[in-house]
Amino acid sequence: MHEPKKKFVFSWMIGGAQGSGVDSSANLFAYSIASAGYYVFGKREYYSNIKGEHSYFNVVASDSQVRSTVDNVHLLASFDAETVFRHAWEVEEGGGIVFDATLENERLRNIPTIEERVKEDIAQRLKNDSLGETLGDVLESARRRGVRLYPIPYMDLIKKTGEILGEKQLTLLMRMVNTMAVAASFAIIGADINRLHRGLSYAFRAKRAVVDMNFTACKVVYDYFKSNFPDDFPIRVPNRQLSEDLILVNGTTIVGIAKIVAGCRVQTYYPITPAADESVYLEDKQVFSLNATSDGDEYEYPHLAENKELSDKGHILVFQSEDELAAIDMAIGASLAGVRAATSTSGPGFSLMVEGLGWAGMNEVPVVITIYQRGGPSTGLPTRHEQGDLLFTVFAGHGEIPRIVMASGDMLEAFYDTIKAFNYAEKFQVPVVHLLDKSLANSTHTIPVPALDDVLLDRGLLINEHLDGKTYKRFQFTETGISPRVPLGTRGGIFWNTGDEHDELGHISEDPIIRTKMMDKRMSKLQVIRESIPPNEKVAIYGDSDAKDWIVSWGSTKGPILDALEMLEEEGYSSIGFMQFKILYPFPSELALETLQGARRIIDVEQNYSGQMGKLMAMEAGLRPTNLVVKYNGRPFTSTEVRDGLKEVLSRNIKRIVMNRGG
Amino acid sequence: MTVTQRLTMAHFRTPIFNDWCPGCGDFGILSSIQMALAELQIEPHRVAVFSGIGCSSKTPHYINAYGIHTVHGRPLPFALAAKLANPDLTVLAVGGDGDGLGIGAGHFVNTGRRNIDITYILFDNGVYGLTKGQASPTLRRGLKTKALPRPNINDAVNPIALAIVSGYTFVARGYAYDTRHLKELIKQGILHRGTSFIQVLQPCPTYNDLFTKEWYAGEDRIDPQTNKPMPRIYKLEETGYDGEVKNPSEEEEIAKITEAIKKSYDWGDRIPIGVFYKNPHVPTYDQRIATIAPQYLQSAPAWQPVRSKSLRPVADVSSLFDELRVKP
Repeated sequence: MHEPKKKFVFSWMIGGAQGSGVDSSANLFAYSIASAGYYVFGKREYYSNIKGEHSYFNVVASDSQVRSTVDNVHLLASFDAETVFRHAWEVEEGGGIVFDATLENERLRNIPTIEERVKEDIAQRLKNDSLGETLGDVLESARRRGVRLYPIPYMDLIKKTGEILGEKQLTLLMRMVNTMAVAASFAIIGADINRLHRGLSYAFRAKRAVVDMNFTACKVVYDYFKSNFPDDFPIRVPNRQLSEDLILVNGTTIVGIAKIVAGCRVQTYYPITPAADESVYLEDKQVFSLNATSDGDEYEYPHLAENKELSDKGHILVFQSEDELAAIDMAIGASLAGVRAATSTSGPGFSLMVEGLGWAGMNEVPVVITIYQRGGPSTGLPTRHEQGDLLFTVFAGHGEIPRIVMASGDMLEAFYDTIKAFNYAEKFQVPVVHLLDKSLANSTHTIPVPALDDVLLDRGLLINEHLDGKTYKRFQFTETGISPRVPLGTRGGIFWNTGDEHDELGHISEDPIIRTKMMDKRMSKLQVIRESIPPNEKVAIYGDSDAKDWIVSWGSTKGPILDALEMLEEEGYSSIGFMQFKILYPFPSELALETLQGARRIIDVEQNYSGQMGKLMAMEAGLRPTNLVVKYNGRPFTSTEVRDGLKEVLSRNIKRIVMNRGG
Repeated sequence: MTVTQRLTMAHFRTPIFNDWCPGCGDFGILSSIQMALAELQIEPHRVAVFSGIGCSSKTPHYINAYGIHTVHGRPLPFALAAKLANPDLTVLAVGGDGDGLGIGAGHFVNTGRRNIDITYILFDNGVYGLTKGQASPTLRRGLKTKALPRPNINDAVNPIALAIVSGYTFVARGYAYDTRHLKELIKQGILHRGTSFIQVLQPCPTYNDLFTKEWYAGEDRIDPQTNKPMPRIYKLEETGYDGEVKNPSEEEEIAKITEAIKKSYDWGDRIPIGVFYKNPHVPTYDQRIATIAPQYLQSAPAWQPVRSKSLRPVADVSSLFDELRVKP
């Protein structure tokens, strides 16, 4: 038996008012640390607000792959009072807090953006320590717990930077405090300052003057640290060699890139958090190069392009519609014209899309709907995390249509799943709902550069030629229920579509015999889907395959669950399996039964109130989870939280545990 | 294969039983569309007709062209996307007044902001026919059509004025029983580069007993001198009215818009049909896209290769990965 090596984990957090550059400083830190040779996972938390409310970013760096954040913080970087008031408590013994030395007299009660409930909580902690209610008191409490304090005279250091740069207007330099907080963190952990230069180029997208100015500030901070603080922080992050070719990416970006690869050429959307970033990214990158083909391979040109002088560049049309009703309808309209088309939204937007979904199902139009779930119901928690839309997407719509609902567990999966979603949609001629969530959307993660060697685009029964001959029937009855499809504009291919029940040509029909046959045709595709999609695309199995205790889950809980399993293994727990469901509908009952029948425990881990996948599994496979670990406070699971929840289940067999961590 | 034969109306007919009520104004509109397409010699497979829900939205089934009968109120989003995906298509959208101005009003307004080259024909009969005659958004306040238990207490929208202020660049009104005139309007609409809107006054013989064929024909007003009915409908072009913006100046545009809106309020004894407003100088949506991505005009979405013959993706995203690559 191998002795698992203790994993190096460094948890860093930065906070500040929204609009003050917390995001870019977090990107700076994450990229710089990655550049120093570490895997990173970063979690972004923010309010539904433009400026002023508190946001924070938690970055975990490790010497091996890391997929989630942890509850404890080793180093908290701040440049405002609120961050310290809120997060000082999370810093563990031996950790450190970087803060603005001039803020020690700030009073808890004077900070308008901290909720009353949170203030009471903080006040109580301070009272327990017999302390007052200033920032200095919070720091004193931390110091007593063994936390190192790093007061920084930001203003003095900005003045000094200004002198070096020859810049007298200090207001122009004030925005650099967040970079300074990052530089301070780098100085504390003994990291290579030159990597910050890399990070600055990444965060500021090569705006050279801004990069140089910020780097000067970093050097000033480094010098200040050398002469003012002991170099004794217990966690050191020296440069190391990465063995893999990695990218640092968030979920909306990786899905956007995947859509370009997948051949998506129309993307529609109505602005909504947290999905809009994907469409904005695509709009920015709308023109792209085409690969030169090799080895006798050639482009497959659509027949609609005959006699055309095409551009040597590709282009994706990104359309911002007036609402989500139009967004899905436009994607369908483009798909009818033979284009791989998608729309991207969140729960509230999908509510509006349901009528279009039904129409696409009825008319067997391939369309991909990317959903980044957020806290519901209604407007819910617009910027916070939840997995509350599984049953909604599985059952959405009046009447019955075939559909595929799939979910990705991490960014690399999201990349390949996005491409698969288009393949499934065209192969089975059904709408495909690709479920992602806020955590995937807004987290940053180092992942291997996705390899494209095995990526193929399956366009199913799409006819790529004009038809000159017999009558074409769009809804021709076939053995599989799938009929050959032509794009609008095909000679000899005229067809009709209607949301009414229809005959093979697509004309309205209320004939009971035709009705039954058409329902059978459409719904039988679910069985075809079940049989055609290989098991490894439906589920993934981790851990002990002969386990007695099984975790079941779906979506982005994968990261914290896998990290928690590593921790549990280190603590001596064994014989735990994890079954991740990737295709949620049609539910892979046969695979669930194969693995889970006879399990001692089926522990359902989900980020919703009711354990939606567990209910779906009970309905479809007749397997009911024995235990439930759920969370619906709007914050994604940390690995330590999942570990603790699982321990409760394993040691005390608690039936339903509600986790509630995160600020 | 190229079409050598001259296209006629018959090429645009389908053998489907038409279940509109006898005497329905929709028949005239259907014929006008078929005549217009035939006269323009557009091959059927190059035409796509999108509709919403309601009696008039069954129209695509009666036309031999790609016919997409969509969701209530939504023909425009479907139609716009198909046109953007494949600009070679001649795209028509059709639907009723409830479809376009009630449940679809948001799309109606926003379509005006884009000037995508499609033609939208609104069958306006003032009632929801298929659900048995409820008041539609174009029925005026105080009126009580046959099926209403009480007079309508909602005001009517003015489709012509709404289209103009929303930005439609070709705005016209036709009459269902003047098919020659309507056909010409539809032809003009199709040939206009940009979004064309044609409101068609369409008597509903079953549920609208106020604005009947006889009423439009003025059979209730007999000219004492000639002893003949005095028709309510007249043609704008016959009065010397010209709604076209000739020079692309803001001043002329506003003058034409104001004049057209004023004209659109004429109702009762004198009801104008014809082209209210036309502005060929507004850039179309494809021209706007091309200012950002010139390749759009050459390589519209439906024309682009997305994979190779060995099914490999053809998009090169290496530079996108490179922007994100972790470099030591």
